[in-house]
Amino acid sequence: MTSTLLEARGVGKRFGGVQALKDVSITINQGEIYGLIGPNGAGKTTFFNVLTGLYPRDGGEVLFAGKPLNLSSPHEVAKAGIARTFQNIRLFGNMTSLENVMVGRHVRTHAGVVGAILRSRSEREEEDAIRRRAEELLHYVGVADRANDLARHLSYGDQRRLEIARALATEPKLLALDEPAAGMNATETAALRVLIEGVRNDGLTVLLIEHDVKLVMGLCDRVAVLEYGEKIAEDVPAVVRADPKVIEAYIGTSAH
Amino acid sequence: MDIFLQQIINGLTTGSVYAVVALGYTMVYGIIQLINFAHGEVVMIGAMVAFTFITSLAGGNLPAPVILLAGVLAAVPTCMVIGYLLERAAYRPLRHAPRLAPLITAIGMSIILQHLALLVWGRNPMSFPQIMENPIIPIGGAVISGVQIGIILLSFMMMAGLTWFVYRTRFGIAIRATAENVRVAELMGVNANRVIAATFIIGAGLGAVAGVMFGTYYGIVHYTMGFTLGLKAFSAAVLGGIGNIAGAMVGGILLGLVEALATGYIGDLSNLCHWPGLGTSSMLAERCADGGNFVVFGSNYQDVFAFLMLILVLVLRPSGLLGERVSERA
Repeated sequence: MTSTLLEARGVGKRFGGVQALKDVSITINQGEIYGLIGPNGAGKTTFFNVLTGLYPRDGGEVLFAGKPLNLSSPHEVAKAGIARTFQNIRLFGNMTSLENVMVGRHVRTHAGVVGAILRSRSEREEEDAIRRRAEELLHYVGVADRANDLARHLSYGDQRRLEIARALATEPKLLALDEPAAGMNATETAALRVLIEGVRNDGLTVLLIEHDVKLVMGLCDRVAVLEYGEKIAEDVPAVVRADPKVIEAYIGTSAH
Repeated sequence: MDIFLQQIINGLTTGSVYAVVALGYTMVYGIIQLINFAHGEVVMIGAMVAFTFITSLAGGNLPAPVILLAGVLAAVPTCMVIGYLLERAAYRPLRHAPRLAPLITAIGMSIILQHLALLVWGRNPMSFPQIMENPIIPIGGAVISGVQIGIILLSFMMMAGLTWFVYRTRFGIAIRATAENVRVAELMGVNANRVIAATFIIGAGLGAVAGVMFGTYYGIVHYTMGFTLGLKAFSAAVLGGIGNIAGAMVGGILLGLVEALATGYIGDLSNLCHWPGLGTSSMLAERCADGGNFVVFGSNYQDVFAFLMLILVLVLRPSGLLGERVSERA
């Protein structure tokens, strides 16, 4: 029996004269890996940004874990349990890997100025716990050996993994990955795949935007396809792959 | 008397105060790229509030350190509240406005605070009560006063405390994350409004202590004192690289030292009677006779050096001594 984790109903977004998203409705089930694909400029990242509160939406609503999602500020979205990574990596470059992950813990703890200065015993214990959890997460994604290096000094693949660790630190119910395999070589992509499957096996739900159709089809339980801001298909990979509308969107009409 | 050593001591004292004030500018700039021109006025109000408390308590039979402490304990929360109100009422509504709007608002806030102080404390300079004993200690041909030692020690303690707070605590990590990228920090669950308000409050609290130190050192407070002090501290922040906490400290100390040394030597250096050839020329012979002097620039040019350095930094190294290139921040 599957239950719904996220339901987007009729989400719209317009930039001036461009209708970037038109009446997009998707349903993501608890514990699945859900892929969102589409040609360049189809509105995948826009949808992500609306979902995480970066852009105000122009219509529709988003239900998350049965409740309407408060999209008014990004940190509320993080609190509700959605964490994301970015297509173009956005780490805190001048902070260490460990500190980057510790930022993610902020939302689940009660860091205050006064507490930090007074150093009460519970404060110290909480801070130790945060550090330990951050170390565990670095270990989990496989960059534990770079814990004390500045994030901007990490290799590209490691930076992508660190972003995932930072997102996981917020204890999300839904982990949203925006083109995590972009720019990765085959070995790194294979390792990423193992990591994403591991995240799902640990009980999280994953929303994956990806260009690499092979990765999406092999990894996702269900896939939605966007074209020109509209959803043209949503089903298990085998069905989506055979859908003439999807083939047309990717290859063009002249191809057959 | 050893002028060089004496001016180093004096420069270190004023430089410490500049550094503490500069931290308030640089922290706010680091987070929201706003030059909070009202910060100098917050420092002034800190000095004024302490002045009121210390003056009214000075007649009683409380021990002097207790009175001074009471002054500081009154000034710090007052300034913190003002810092918070500035952010909440004046700057937050303009967070997404063009950069010029909050900047002009900051200048407006500065004028408003100055005139509020004018209404409360009047327009005359007031002498800051010197309640503490101020021993003068000889040190290698120069002297250092108890107040100077106190100012230098307290400033360095505050700077060390802030560094620890920003680099070693969770809230500090959130501050640095927000400074690097507000949007991403928010997406990771950091409440940016809280972090921004906290930097204003911390900066104002440090500024309040700086105001009390400044009043104690110069023995005088006035409703316009925050203006020049603020501009100099801002210059110090730019000198060190605005947005950079270590830079503000280095810039403040350096500015204090340059100012003190320049003030100490400019009179001698610009005394035309000492210039070879000039002193005996017919034009100056009369003035220079019997050990007379013809000084072009006296020590009243003190305030020029801070701004001279500001101009030099902006021309030669706009990112400041410790600042990164602006393109790396984006």
